[in-house]
Amino acid sequence: MSECPVCGGDISLADDVVTGELLECDDCGSELEVTSLEPVELAEAPEAEEDWGQ
Amino acid sequence: MGSITVGFLHSLVRKEEKLLINEFNKRQNVDLAMIDDRQIYFDLTQRPEVDVIVERCINHSRALHALRLYQSLGIPCVNDYDVSLTCGDKILTAVALQDHHVAQPDLRIAFTIESALEAIEELGYPVVLKPAVGSWGRLLSKVNDRDAAETILEHKTVLGSYHHSIFYIQKYFDKKGRDIRAFVVGDDCIAAIYRSSVHWITNTARGAIASRCPVTPELGELCLQAANAVGGGVLAVDLFESNDGYLVNEVNYTMEFRNSIETTGVNIPGKVVDHVISSADG
Repeated sequence: MSECPVCGGDISLADDVVTGELLECDDCGSELEVTSLEPVELAEAPEAEEDWGQ
Repeated sequence: MGSITVGFLHSLVRKEEKLLINEFNKRQNVDLAMIDDRQIYFDLTQRPEVDVIVERCINHSRALHALRLYQSLGIPCVNDYDVSLTCGDKILTAVALQDHHVAQPDLRIAFTIESALEAIEELGYPVVLKPAVGSWGRLLSKVNDRDAAETILEHKTVLGSYHHSIFYIQKYFDKKGRDIRAFVVGDDCIAAIYRSSVHWITNTARGAIASRCPVTPELGELCLQAANAVGGGVLAVDLFESNDGYLVNEVNYTMEFRNSIETTGVNIPGKVVDHVISSADG
């Protein structure tokens, strides 16, 4: 179990989680990025940039 | 078949990337090398130990340059640089479609406010202004009259970077609440969805609802023509249904498909992974 860096809510990670993966906090709805696995670290996902997407 | 190493070029890992990673991990004889575009740098003389690159960057500009760099080192890429260059720019896509006689909505390109206004009035209102580079339906403007045209063109010129003064002007097409997104992998149009919305923008990223669209011979053939026009590979073709047949609106080269697997019943990431493996050196 990890902690949302925005609201402090509990975040459960799937067994196959990978670095860079996007998650959504069930409590506050923030979009989060898994920035590290050992140890697990979460950060707010970056804002969309002009050349993002498809 | 011997073991191959697939370089998985990415930044943020969205649902599509996760689905692809899981699919690669199911395959025997495939090693996945994760390459985060935020952490790498290139040496023009050093080839990384991968047999193929699958590009899943979220930034078009990074994808474009990385693909060119990898290809210069002799690594096959999915999709390749030329395809990414063409599909990443709506003007280049339109030219490629025109070169290959693929039907598309009427459009004009202009470089000044004055010439853009002239082009808009030649097409007739409404028109849609689109950034040549951009996605997810962002910064699209439906322009219904001259007042709006003058305002939007001025805003784009004054407030935007120079890219926004390259005006891509498309005749507005009344799509009756839906368009089609079809998925091409190699030589096959593997699946298609309708994207339905009450809004004139029907991107699923903007809330449009996906439903299954049958791939008829006519639709499949046109999608392959569109894909081949831009160089082929793994592509999502967006189409309008007109009274005179389909019109190709856009072709996307780092396609998103999260809403289309259950909808179509097609294992889209599986098909993509097969294609990537078959594209590897050796």
